[in-house]
Amino acid sequence: MNFNATLFGQLLAFVFFVWFTMQYVWPFILEALEEREKEISDGLEAASRGKRELDEAHQKKIEILEEAKKEAADLVNQANARANQLVEDAKSTAHEEAERIKVSAQSDLDQAAKRTKEELRSEVAALAVAGAEKILGSEVDKDKNSQIIDQIAKEL
Amino acid sequence: MASKELNSTDYIEHHLTNLTYGKCPDGTWSFVEVHGKSQVAGTEASCNINEMGFWAFQVDTLFMSVLLGVGMIFFMRRVAKNASSSKPGRIQNAVEYLVTLVRDQVQDNFTADKNPLMGPLALTIFVWVFLMNLMDLIPIDLVPWMANGFTAPNAEGGAIHYFKVLPVADINAPMGMALGVLILIHYYSIKNKGLGGFLAELTFQPYGKWMAPINVIFEIPGFYAKQLALGLRLYGNLFAGEMIFILIALFFGGFFSSITGVLAGVAGLALNFIWAVFHILVVILQAFLFMVLTLVYLQQAHEHH
Repeated sequence: MNFNATLFGQLLAFVFFVWFTMQYVWPFILEALEEREKEISDGLEAASRGKRELDEAHQKKIEILEEAKKEAADLVNQANARANQLVEDAKSTAHEEAERIKVSAQSDLDQAAKRTKEELRSEVAALAVAGAEKILGSEVDKDKNSQIIDQIAKEL
Repeated sequence: MASKELNSTDYIEHHLTNLTYGKCPDGTWSFVEVHGKSQVAGTEASCNINEMGFWAFQVDTLFMSVLLGVGMIFFMRRVAKNASSSKPGRIQNAVEYLVTLVRDQVQDNFTADKNPLMGPLALTIFVWVFLMNLMDLIPIDLVPWMANGFTAPNAEGGAIHYFKVLPVADINAPMGMALGVLILIHYYSIKNKGLGGFLAELTFQPYGKWMAPINVIFEIPGFYAKQLALGLRLYGNLFAGEMIFILIALFFGGFFSSITGVLAGVAGLALNFIWAVFHILVVILQAFLFMVLTLVYLQQAHEHH
């Protein structure tokens, strides 16, 4: 264990190795390291941005879906209302038509009944006249007695 | 241990002796002479380590630390050159983990304005010291045995008789690095606070300028002790760790000679395993501490009081 020139030999070697490391080793490794660190942090940031955008898109999707549903429901409601309306209209038209037919049939019926009545009345009147002629043995002057005949016919 | 009688003292001493090449008082350069012969077979040694003084190099320390350092920068350079942000391979992942760890330490402990030196400095310290510490886990006789041409160190002939594989157990290696940190601390202190500000910090605290002499007595030793301790801490921990490994290795001495030798060897194996597992912690902790403390001291050099 002696101090001697080895001390300075070691010092020189030390200086050389530090210089070499500083010149040719440290900067390159550190550069690669820092570049990777940057890439990773950029990547993480991009990932979180992507996630945020995805969330937003998801939210938007839900909104659009909601709106579409509402629109569809509106359309269905409208269609239903329209269909009801159509049915109602058809119903009322049919009803009116039926009413009209009924009224006209009634009036036909009334007319026929009236006509028949008239005919019956005139036939009864003729029968009554004929009967009266047979009873009286003479002809009844129709013109003279028409007032009576009419009255009888009316009473029938 | 093999062919010739080798007692415990010799064995320990052998493991604590560096392979040293230096200048002898007579002006010649040679390896060190130990026990009457040169550390390297076939060379002439003209003096022992104590006669060499300053101009001596621990060849094994420098060889191992530079080898590990060069391996480190080649490996790191290859990773750095092929570094890609999108497709990191397994090795790049591992290195990035390391770089991230160091970067976080720099950001936690060095809060001054960005200094481009801090990251590379911390990374180099951590990896290099870790690799050097790791040499402690290599079986203690393996590398000396290989260095001596695959024969026991005390065998006749051989090649390099002494080789310590753990550079940080030689005080020169950790102190050389601590010296580098000390120079940086002075440089940044003076750069950021001015020479006056730096000296004022050492003389006008903690008791104000009228107590300057007392402040100096408090501050100067404190200032230098922490920097000295930076190197000594690493050296002390790893030296002690290696010492334990050497002592445990003594258990294996009689493995092939007697039944008690076998029993001692088995106990030694268990001890060696336990200590090695524990030592993994020391290896990485000391490397980490050296790095963090360097950052803390340099942060103090950037702070204004």
